[in-house]
Amino acid sequence: MQKKYTTLLIVSLALLQLKASAQETVYPVGPQAGPIVITHATVHVGNGTVLTDASVSFDKGKITGVGASVSTTGATIIDATGKQVYPGLIVPLSSLGLREINSGVRGSNDFQEIGENNASIRTIVSYNTDSKVINVLRANGVLLAHVAPMGELIEGSSSVVQLDAWNYEDAAYKADNGIFINMPTLIPRRGGRGGFMRQAAGDPVKEAMIKIETIKTFFTEARAYLQEKNHADNNLKFEAVRGLFNGKQKLYVRANEVKQMLLAIDLGKTFGFNMVIVGAAESLQIAALLVENNIPVILDNEHALPTTEDDDIDQMYKLPAELKKAGVLFAINDANDQSKQRNISFNAGTAAAYGLGKEEALTAITLNTAKILGIDDITGSIETGKDANIIISEGDILDMRGNQVTKAFIQGRDISLDNKQKQLYERYKHKYKIN
Amino acid sequence: MKRIYVWALLMCTAVSAIAQESFPINGIRDIRTGLYAFTNATIIQNEKTKLEKATLLIKQGKIIAVGTSVAIPKDAVVVDCAGKFIYPSFVDPFTDYGAGQAKRPAGGFNYGGPGQFLSNKPGAYNWNQAIKPEVNASDLFNADEAAAKNFRANGFGVVFTHVKDGIARGTGAVVTLATENNNQAILKTKAAAVYSFEKGSSTQSYPSSLMGSIALLRQTYIDAKWYQTKPAGEGVNLSLEAWNNSQNIPQIFAADDKWSTVRADRLGDEFGVQYVIKGGDNGYQRIEEILKTKASYILNVDFPEAMDVEDPNDARFVSLADMKHWELAPTNLGAFEKANVLFSISSTDLKDSKIFLANIKKAIRYGLSESKALEALTKNPATMLGVYDQVGSLETGKLANFIITTEPVFSNNAKIIENWVQGNKYEVAASEWNNYAGKYKLTLNVGGTNADYNLEVKKDLSASIIGTDTLTAKITINESLVKITFPNKKGKGAEQLRLGGAIVGANWSGIGTDPAGNKNTWTATFVGPMTTTADTKKNTDTLKPLAKITYPFVGFGNEKIPSQETILIKNATVWTNEKEGVLNNTDVLLKNGKIAKLGKDISEAGARVIDGTGKHLSAGIIDEHSHIAALSINEGAQSVTSEVRIADNLNPEDINIYRQLSGGVTSSHILHGSANTVGGQTQLIKLRWGANDQDLKFAGADGFIKFALGENVKRTTSTSNNRFPDTRMGVEEVLNDAFDRAVDYQKAMKENPNTRRDLELDALVEILNKKRFITCHSYVQPEITYMMRIGDKYGFTVNTFTHILEGYKVADKMKKHGSTASTFSDWFMYKTEVQDATGYNAAIMQKVGLNVCINSDDAEMARRLNQEAAKTVKYGGVSEQEAFKMVTLNPAKALHVSDKVGSIKTGKDADVVLWSDNPLSIYAKSLYTIVDGTIYFDREKDAAMHKEVAAERTRLTQKMLGEKKAGGATRPATPSYQVLLTCGDHDHADEMVTIYETQKD
Repeated sequence: MQKKYTTLLIVSLALLQLKASAQETVYPVGPQAGPIVITHATVHVGNGTVLTDASVSFDKGKITGVGASVSTTGATIIDATGKQVYPGLIVPLSSLGLREINSGVRGSNDFQEIGENNASIRTIVSYNTDSKVINVLRANGVLLAHVAPMGELIEGSSSVVQLDAWNYEDAAYKADNGIFINMPTLIPRRGGRGGFMRQAAGDPVKEAMIKIETIKTFFTEARAYLQEKNHADNNLKFEAVRGLFNGKQKLYVRANEVKQMLLAIDLGKTFGFNMVIVGAAESLQIAALLVENNIPVILDNEHALPTTEDDDIDQMYKLPAELKKAGVLFAINDANDQSKQRNISFNAGTAAAYGLGKEEALTAITLNTAKILGIDDITGSIETGKDANIIISEGDILDMRGNQVTKAFIQGRDISLDNKQKQLYERYKHKYKIN
Repeated sequence: MKRIYVWALLMCTAVSAIAQESFPINGIRDIRTGLYAFTNATIIQNEKTKLEKATLLIKQGKIIAVGTSVAIPKDAVVVDCAGKFIYPSFVDPFTDYGAGQAKRPAGGFNYGGPGQFLSNKPGAYNWNQAIKPEVNASDLFNADEAAAKNFRANGFGVVFTHVKDGIARGTGAVVTLATENNNQAILKTKAAAVYSFEKGSSTQSYPSSLMGSIALLRQTYIDAKWYQTKPAGEGVNLSLEAWNNSQNIPQIFAADDKWSTVRADRLGDEFGVQYVIKGGDNGYQRIEEILKTKASYILNVDFPEAMDVEDPNDARFVSLADMKHWELAPTNLGAFEKANVLFSISSTDLKDSKIFLANIKKAIRYGLSESKALEALTKNPATMLGVYDQVGSLETGKLANFIITTEPVFSNNAKIIENWVQGNKYEVAASEWNNYAGKYKLTLNVGGTNADYNLEVKKDLSASIIGTDTLTAKITINESLVKITFPNKKGKGAEQLRLGGAIVGANWSGIGTDPAGNKNTWTATFVGPMTTTADTKKNTDTLKPLAKITYPFVGFGNEKIPSQETILIKNATVWTNEKEGVLNNTDVLLKNGKIAKLGKDISEAGARVIDGTGKHLSAGIIDEHSHIAALSINEGAQSVTSEVRIADNLNPEDINIYRQLSGGVTSSHILHGSANTVGGQTQLIKLRWGANDQDLKFAGADGFIKFALGENVKRTTSTSNNRFPDTRMGVEEVLNDAFDRAVDYQKAMKENPNTRRDLELDALVEILNKKRFITCHSYVQPEITYMMRIGDKYGFTVNTFTHILEGYKVADKMKKHGSTASTFSDWFMYKTEVQDATGYNAAIMQKVGLNVCINSDDAEMARRLNQEAAKTVKYGGVSEQEAFKMVTLNPAKALHVSDKVGSIKTGKDADVVLWSDNPLSIYAKSLYTIVDGTIYFDREKDAAMHKEVAAERTRLTQKMLGEKKAGGATRPATPSYQVLLTCGDHDHADEMVTIYETQKD
């Protein structure tokens, strides 16, 4: 069985040689065919625990056993001696599948709708499983992504997708799990260029407060509307936020400034929403409030410069460790789309280096993320009963020196880690006859 | 007497004391001599001479005598100035008074919008709209009474005026603030020519950057000189003609900021011009550099107001630098005086002219001497403008320009009563002429019975009536009429007594009515002066210690610029980048800025010893592609701008210098952006935190220039591009044409000494002659190839291809051509031309045998370049040592400085980093970053500095709150935005107070 597997790989590699540069040959895989056990691994569970020389078994897409005494009967054995096993990484926020070529190709971008209130637009229907970016992320162990819309104010609904799918219906891991809103900034902006700076016109605080009032009015009217079943005129926008009122959806609020976050908390409390703050650069300042109100945050910009020139040079690197100390639940992300979040493990690595510690850092890109997205019952850690979303790396996945993902399973499916970048590598190794 | 006097003066204001002969008179001639004697005054003749009980005699608008024994002619109108002070009125050396409203700045160059390539000014003028030396303020001058009144209220009698618009602004005139007659108001036409770096209302695209402004000025100096040879092809150029004609008058440069001051002076030095520099309010931060300019200065008193920092959320975004500057700006003038720099004071830039004198007094409290203040307001500007023979002191023969004040002009309560300009009286605060302060005996006679009270009147006419109670009285004086009202008792239910009367000499008398309607007569007899209590309330703010000046003047600056040390690092794992590879348990000695020794068991007396046990020592990181530490990055208005130089606009105070030191960076190559095909000249710097712009430079390094190909230069994201080229085909032809022109130019320069020197072509000729080297922004394989073919055709090697994400496709060709590749580790898909980008690019190129660098092009990522290099181990299996060279030795080679930096080798510069871990690991942090043997980053010291920054912020926040509480003027807390010049090549998350300027790099 194990042998057969290797042969298959060789065959597919041979195919690659022939049809190089065609990522179209990277196929989504069918359901897990039989039980698999990863043995002799160092298992990073995702909840802070590390098991050495441990096994992980999974069948029919679910984890069936974790630990020292796991049955291998009838299973395909993957010997992971000297290797590191992790839960599949989860990108907590992305425009993956919606945004292909950022600059200069408007037609390839579907992440930002026009208009102030787009409560009813849904990212899942636009998620393109054939994006050239997806396979690059997978190769670094990212198996799930939370795909969110962007917009002016009320942005629409997000969905969690798994990254090995033929189409968006296959990809949906948790559809419409959240509604996104964008808090307007309350800091006076400045326009102009380097030597030619000018103060921007208008009072941003006043303008922002008007917008925030618009959001409140919308939710107030939605709440009232949803009390009644029959309406002469159906309202799709009100219908779209029903999940917020019955607890099936979370409200994700993009906010970095303290004032924005305070207003967000007020909004969440007013309507009893289950809320997550996204961005949260200044969250440390209101950590106690976040804990008190049970509000987690998605740190969207780990590799960021300090907010002000007087801040600690490592301010953003240290933020996760500080939030941990304060008891805030958080997930870590890489906001820079050009690197397409393939570096999410290195964002966590930076947090680890600046006081968070390695296992906590891993949690911030696996289990914490699953909790924040409302999918921790089925994924986020290597625990019996959860989906077999698992990756194997040669070394420490948080460090460039160790990060080398050699295998990945989504719901037990042994997915291909090939992508266009690797294929181009092969193509030019061939040209230059190098290794 | 008093009434007559007032009437006479009013008449005089109506008819100028000096008549203009050529003008016809409609009516009866009314010529007056304006002969006035101001007697018994304290006359401050100039900053050095003070005369007591002196007389000033004026006639026909001029001073005819001044002194303590002046004979007063019989026909003089005598004005008794006992108790008054007379000063020469002030001269403002930098205004636009009466020269028309300055036009609104047109704003910067818009990357996306269509360009305007030539001037749209009609007429035979210069090609560039911001060069307008032909403008003469005297042609446009028209006296403006409303504006003049404000100047006179501040004590000015004469101003220099010019049109505050453009880079070469033309000439200004010296005019008086008498507004009766334009002809007589102008004292001197073309008194000085004025320049700046700001293009003002010019709508032309070029220049769109500070370095472009500098290049334009340099080229104009050259063009003007060339124009003197009457080149046939040029025809008549009125601008250059005017430029040449205005070179022999004082040249004023409006620089405004301390570094721009240095820039302006450097420009002047190049062309043999010593500018008078109009500085800003921050020269005190770099007084040594200011002193070195040897320029004289025009300084304003536009001190920032305290910010309203009550809301900590708002206060958070105000930088320490801005807060400190608020506290220290009033020390600016004193710092100039202390450094013995010659300067004049101008009221320019003030939002509200009413605070001018208050701010001068503030400057005096903060260290400026009164005599220097007076000199800077009179003699210095008058001398600079060549009119000291007419104004600036009170001497016989000079204009009758003087002010009369109630007290010494810089004392707290001093008021200017009158301001005389050319013998014309202008009232400023006429009511201040008389001082009614004092103790009076108030006697009310009601039906023959006298009731006596003590009346105490203060200078501002607030008064108390003291009988059994002390009652507050209200006194109103209008000329010589007086009204007094006061309550009949203390507290509620009091009713008012009303007195009305006249002032006769020192005493007052009249009639009054009490609340019951009973009439009385009253007298107030002057008893004596009030016993004044010294005004101690003010002047206290100088007692407390002020913020320290740091280098640079931002948080994390040092009070002393760090200095070179002898440093011995013991027992470290040393990444030599040489054939020795990585050496364990090795000592390294740094001495005199160099790596002095490398080996085991080294000892050195007096050396600072750093224990390197368990730590890794490496050469400092060199970032081949950076945009930090500059004020502008792109001169994108034309497709070829090889004349601009990053070096002209370095910003040594960019906090990112310090932040990158914390990531182990010791040298950065600051590149022009990629807005155009042939960009500007680059600058290699060492991250010497605190140094000035000159000292930041990597001395002796070869000059480089930035070229760019592909999407950015064809302005892909613009929907209205009208700048050639719009395709890669056009880009190639721009390059061909540029070098073709350079070849012909070089030949012409040799053959004909009158050939116009062209800064743009000079730089290209340097490339042809292998004196300047190209780093070329490039992505896709065809453009990489054709760039090399251009090099082949014109006989040079394209030194470096930067970005070069498809370099792996043509690595063999690049190797043959001899180019270096400088790339990102793993960026991709951010635009069409990087669809084929792969993380394996660097590895492939390295394996083919290219010199490969990993660069940042990003102020944040530059702090993690070691980790970016590590990715080449992950993607493509490059060895760790080779990977690390991609951010150290390889960029050193690419930049032709590998003989000085890039490895740990005896004799090389002591630019090293001590890491906490293997430098390729994400867990590695720089503990010490050392440049030239100077520790510029020390992680332990950094933590302490951060605490100091926080403490200083707290102190200043409290002080600002105090200012608000005390009723001082405040402005809203203004976020101190950090401007990051960057490419539009990749997204940045929106950090709150950081503006990423899409400069297309």
